[in-house]
Amino acid sequence: MKLSGSDIIVRTLIEQGTDVVFGYPGGQVINIYDSLYKYQGELKHVLTAHEQGASHAADGYARATGKVGVCIATSGPGATNLVTGIATAYIDSVPLVAITGNVPTTIIGTDGFQEIDITGVTLPITKHNYFVGSIDKLADTIREAFRLAKSGRPGPVLIDVPKDVQIAQWEYEPQEAVAAEESFPAKDIRIHQAADCINAAQRPFLYFGGGLITSDAQDELLQIAERIDAPIGCSMMGISGVPTDYPRFLGMQGMHGHYACSTAMHHADCIIALGCRFNDRVTGDRAKFAVGAKIVHIDIDGAELGKTVTPAHGLRGDVKKTLQKLLPLLKEVKHPQWQETIDRFLEEEQQGMDNREGMTPRNVIGLLNQHLNENTPVATDVGQHQMWAAQYLNLKNTRRFISSGGLGTMGFGMGAAMGAALGTKERSVLVTGDGSFGMNLNELATAVVNQVPLVILLLNNGVLGMVRQWQTLFFDKHYSNTTLSDRQTDFVKLAEAFGAQASRALTLEELEAALTKAFACDGPYLIDCAIDKDEFVLPMLPPGGSMDDIIVRIGD
Amino acid sequence: MKKFTVAILVNNQFGVLNRVTSMFRRRQFNITSLTVSETESEEFSRITVQSEGDEVKKEQLINQLYKLPDVCSVAELDDVDTVGRELLLIKMRNDPAARNDIRSAATAYEGKVVDYTKDSFIIQMVGDSRKIDNFIDLMRDFEILEICRTGLVTLQRGATTIRRVTNL
Repeated sequence: MKLSGSDIIVRTLIEQGTDVVFGYPGGQVINIYDSLYKYQGELKHVLTAHEQGASHAADGYARATGKVGVCIATSGPGATNLVTGIATAYIDSVPLVAITGNVPTTIIGTDGFQEIDITGVTLPITKHNYFVGSIDKLADTIREAFRLAKSGRPGPVLIDVPKDVQIAQWEYEPQEAVAAEESFPAKDIRIHQAADCINAAQRPFLYFGGGLITSDAQDELLQIAERIDAPIGCSMMGISGVPTDYPRFLGMQGMHGHYACSTAMHHADCIIALGCRFNDRVTGDRAKFAVGAKIVHIDIDGAELGKTVTPAHGLRGDVKKTLQKLLPLLKEVKHPQWQETIDRFLEEEQQGMDNREGMTPRNVIGLLNQHLNENTPVATDVGQHQMWAAQYLNLKNTRRFISSGGLGTMGFGMGAAMGAALGTKERSVLVTGDGSFGMNLNELATAVVNQVPLVILLLNNGVLGMVRQWQTLFFDKHYSNTTLSDRQTDFVKLAEAFGAQASRALTLEELEAALTKAFACDGPYLIDCAIDKDEFVLPMLPPGGSMDDIIVRIGD
Repeated sequence: MKKFTVAILVNNQFGVLNRVTSMFRRRQFNITSLTVSETESEEFSRITVQSEGDEVKKEQLINQLYKLPDVCSVAELDDVDTVGRELLLIKMRNDPAARNDIRSAATAYEGKVVDYTKDSFIIQMVGDSRKIDNFIDLMRDFEILEICRTGLVTLQRGATTIRRVTNL
């Protein structure tokens, strides 16, 4: 049948299994919005307050469901407003398809009204992008974009469609949703070499990043951990990859990682690293990182092998399929001495734990934990609250920690939490701070109108806490532009002005009462939770430092 | 620093060169020579790029290239098994005192005069990069008006080609 380009876009999205898209209309996508109107029974569109919110919502949807998230924006400013969201998805390997309108092909290149070269702008932050110059390739380009977004190491793909292509007519025949390209295990010889290395280890350490979640390799990881008697740690992107309370799991490693985890990794003689990329927040000073360890690095992206650290064995392949082949080659062993060492690290960690009473970050997140069910997605923004969430959240199921890792995007959380809630049909939680929340709080309007069940736990310390922490430690307490309390924003009133419910919590009792209300609320509920401005995220490895420089307590 | 040459077969579409060089820029790979042209098939263009760095850097460059969906094939070309050539056009001042020296040097290097006027002449020369470098060095004793060289084009010796299964 013959359809307009805009109809083809919407029909192809439906054909590819999309059930919700996030976006914002404008002059060069008005045809697409007309088609969305026509097909509203088959494809839900969520109007956000800002295109950035739409991009983060599509991202949160994708992270929580594993499906491709889709967002739509008009040309020019609409398209550039997506950029931060696309970059966030790119660095965290999230499958996303972004569709932008553009001026008609006859005007392209003439600096027309709201014309921007968005394929040029997004070149370094997309897996690939397309300018669809003619209608005949439109449907297949969208299919190809979906295939690319979810194949191999996932990532965002942008499709720029000029207005005349949206108007033109072309034949459309529905097709099956495209499958991700088949992924393969690493080469046998490499797996055998890696197995020899692991079998020779006395102090093995299993370490994973977001790639473990993408590859759905949790079972294989745990089987290997049991077989070789190894502790497990993860990067921030790996959180929720295994249950927080799994006995062998030591938590997050890195700049603000758990003490026992970072220390165990530092003392290991063999690190089996799965679906991760060893960025600077993980390694600190690369010259001093895991110097005593041989690294077996498995990743589907060959370019990650040797990019920052040099592995003894770099295995390019799907993590799950590679682990399946690796497992039978591993000897069943016990490492009692290593386990004793780990237990000692855990004891040291316990001694360093923050056991104060009252509204400490640990107690606040601890209280939140009691209200989560095993499927509740928890999104965060970026800063101290994010690290506290990463350190203290108790998560059971995979894909339930939604956080901007690589880009560290403040303002990510509101959109992402909504996308996660809409994708999973679960009540979601946003742990945020007053700085981050201020960046995209306009999305409260979206949450209210769509009655998104969303608990916003705003850790309000009146400062940009993470930057302030650095200023305290490294800049002689020069609190340059990090004090927000002067703004006198009343977040409870603000939420109410948007039509959301809200309350303030100054004590743990008030917080408990607020959480109880919030988790019973049909729509968004904001809790303005007071935190002292001088709370620190600890432990901390100073930037560029090594395990020798770890700060466990302030005053040490 | 060690130089290396890679040949890249890419989809012959607008913007592809930009995608490749954009990756080079973003990841700080230095380009010392770059040539692009259509190939035996109109589907593909061939980019020959010379860069510099150690083995790790080279591996990284090749791996990053493979991540670009428009890149169909990448081959590292070493000096031994490949034929590499550059074309040089060099415009010299036609100084009667230097004319004969320049022309005999050009003859020794199998260069050819392709333009000759009262004030200047152009020598064309084909050869590997070292030969071209050496000739230019020789010409520095005289007045060089302009130099233009194509950059390296290379093919593997024998029947080997760089075409193989697309790797995404």
